[in-house]
Amino acid sequence: MKIKAELMDSHGLNRTLQRLTHEILERNQGTGELVIVGIRNRGDVLAGRIQRSIQKLEGVRVPIGILDITLYRDDFQRLAESPVVQETDIDFDITDRKVILVDDVLYTGRTIRAALDALMDLGRPASIQLAVLVDRGHRELPVKADYVGKNVPTAQGEEVQVKLQEVDGEEKVIVIVP
Amino acid sequence: MQLKSRHLLGLDGVSREEIGAIMDTAFSFKKVLKRPIPKVPTLRGKTIVNLFYEASTRTRFSFELAEKRLSADTLNFSTSSSSVLKGETLKDTIRNIEAMKIDFVVMRHGASGAPHFLARCIDASVVNAGDGIHEHPTQALLDMMTIQERLGKIKGLQVVIVGDILHSRVARSNIFGLKTLGACVGVCGPATLIPREVESLGVTVYPHIEDALAEADVLNVLRIQLERQKGGLLPSTREYRQLFGITRQRLEQTNRKVTILHPGPINRGVEIDTDVADGPFSVILDQVTNGVAVRMSVLYLLAGGKGKFEGEGNE
Repeated sequence: MKIKAELMDSHGLNRTLQRLTHEILERNQGTGELVIVGIRNRGDVLAGRIQRSIQKLEGVRVPIGILDITLYRDDFQRLAESPVVQETDIDFDITDRKVILVDDVLYTGRTIRAALDALMDLGRPASIQLAVLVDRGHRELPVKADYVGKNVPTAQGEEVQVKLQEVDGEEKVIVIVP
Repeated sequence: MQLKSRHLLGLDGVSREEIGAIMDTAFSFKKVLKRPIPKVPTLRGKTIVNLFYEASTRTRFSFELAEKRLSADTLNFSTSSSSVLKGETLKDTIRNIEAMKIDFVVMRHGASGAPHFLARCIDASVVNAGDGIHEHPTQALLDMMTIQERLGKIKGLQVVIVGDILHSRVARSNIFGLKTLGACVGVCGPATLIPREVESLGVTVYPHIEDALAEADVLNVLRIQLERQKGGLLPSTREYRQLFGITRQRLEQTNRKVTILHPGPINRGVEIDTDVADGPFSVILDQVTNGVAVRMSVLYLLAGGKGKFEGEGNE
């Protein structure tokens, strides 16, 4: 395993999140009916940052939730062990709200498929929009992000890692080759 | 997370980490159960047979609901309406069920060790839903989950199990599980219904309920199982109530907050009085709610590990 490239440092990550926040506010014309849902683990941290920058810009505290998709994975039968189930923590009704779904890396699209099913079991949102920090391609399902931090062409064997202070103790986005 | 065995036959020998994982996962499932759509697709395509050779309402419903909440297909087999009445042996029943390609068998049986026999015979995972006077692991797990939820910990607590310890699989599983998690466990009941060697499990024996109440943080009040009292070990239910019944008066005398559990069904006015069972210290209905979550957790954790891929992958 070695680092092939560093895509973002902490400043770059910050700027990208600022831009995503502006795009979200622009597209939705403000914060009306907006809620943010981050996918564990790291999408929830990014969601928290987007919430804080919305608050700075608009003075509005948008509701935020955490989604755990473990129980909706499509590869349960193929894994060597049962993945750890964590709690979904969304303490508001998403029905008729505009949900901004946040994840760190968009790859095959299978996580997003699971997240959409998980959200639908919680209510009937007016819309769901997808925001990702990195889109690395290689989709296996017809999934497309509405807000993309950075498009990164990768090879299938490579891995994109998003490191965040809250989870990893450092801030960067890197590409790793085996 | 992986449990060491692909069966859950008892809590004897199950590690602290495994019990911890089952309880953590159960708390996540409890949140699923509170949602508008309390169902997840995780065990889609899995088939589970509920093989109940003894009467049971709560446990069977609880397992069945847990299975359905996980989207598994379920079959119910009870002896009152099955081939057992026609004289089929346990082994033949098992072989026939196995031929139907099932993934799990949840079994209750009057004979201690019956699920262990089953586990040796078939490829499916076996969950013990109570075998004779041996173990009832999911009941103990839901008891411990309820204690954890109410008191925030288990380690260091004084938990006293009251009643017919001799014939109780609930007591045995609770003793194993609670000791593993670091609780101090006591038992209290008529001397004829306390197993002689129980102290070798590291359990304190309280001959008098007043002594138990003076020290206990939690009381797990067992049902007096009238169907297991054929040997004359108990003079009468009235005498039992006088000596060991949990009454409001006894609770008030202790002047302590004692959390009250009962595995159900309750004999009101025998082992526990109505105003205690329905009182503020009772967590009896929480136990029932937690039972579904614990059983989902056990089935979920046992269902994994059939695949060949290591780790969780990138996505």
